[in-house]
Amino acid sequence: MRNALKLTTPTDREIVVVREFDAPRELVWDSIFKPELLRRWFSGPPGWEMTTCEDDACTGGTYRRVWSDPNGLTMSQSGVHREVVPPERCVRTQVFESGGVPLGQEQLATIVLTELRERTMLTMTFLFDSKETRDGTVPYLEQGMAAGFDRLDEILASAAA
Amino acid sequence: MMTASLDATFSALSDPTRRAILARLAEGEATVNELVAPFKLSQPAISKHLKVLEKAGLISRGRDAQKRPCRIEARPLAEATEWLQEYRKLWEANFERLDTLLDELKARKNKP
Repeated sequence: MRNALKLTTPTDREIVVVREFDAPRELVWDSIFKPELLRRWFSGPPGWEMTTCEDDACTGGTYRRVWSDPNGLTMSQSGVHREVVPPERCVRTQVFESGGVPLGQEQLATIVLTELRERTMLTMTFLFDSKETRDGTVPYLEQGMAAGFDRLDEILASAAA
Repeated sequence: MMTASLDATFSALSDPTRRAILARLAEGEATVNELVAPFKLSQPAISKHLKVLEKAGLISRGRDAQKRPCRIEARPLAEATEWLQEYRKLWEANFERLDTLLDELKARKNKP
């Protein structure tokens, strides 16, 4: 891995993912917002494939992606762009569904691209409607729960301390 | 992938007292009374937490009507930690593919 992924929970309702890329900002922006480029890297879990990718990347526009696995299972992500300022900022809603059933609650995603000479820093902030929703959706990444099951005893012991 | 049972697991784990109860039960089973003393909570308060943990499948309770000892159930916790690892791995794998794509786009752009 060339650049480390950073995952943090700065407030009770947020999760922040930060990652740098060795490319100019316009290219990173295009790779996220042009469907023909996005589908080449945002391909989902191993064995899955992005089968639908639509993105009207302007303020008020909608987007939708569908992933399928070889057994015919599908998962989708969709939402509405609240604010789009190429090539630096996008605020949009996002909800995941599988077989028509929502997975967790709708989130507000803010994507910011910062220029660092020839490099670009991507910051994605996912805002949930409550701490409970966040903790029920993607919890404890930085609090040690992401460690493997073999470390479970250790984690539980530190939670008790 | 997120499921209803994972929702219940994470919701149950979101409380520090319940995580502490699980840590105690990781050392061996215990009755409600044995849990009351170290946690300085009332018996109804402990019982309420135990109900949430039991409903999430994180603990099971013995049949002895008097004591009903609680023991930890490993499987839902294993599924929860597994899913979290998968979440991070998914983003890392996505971004590594994006690195490759960006290299290709840069090379194409720099061609005269």
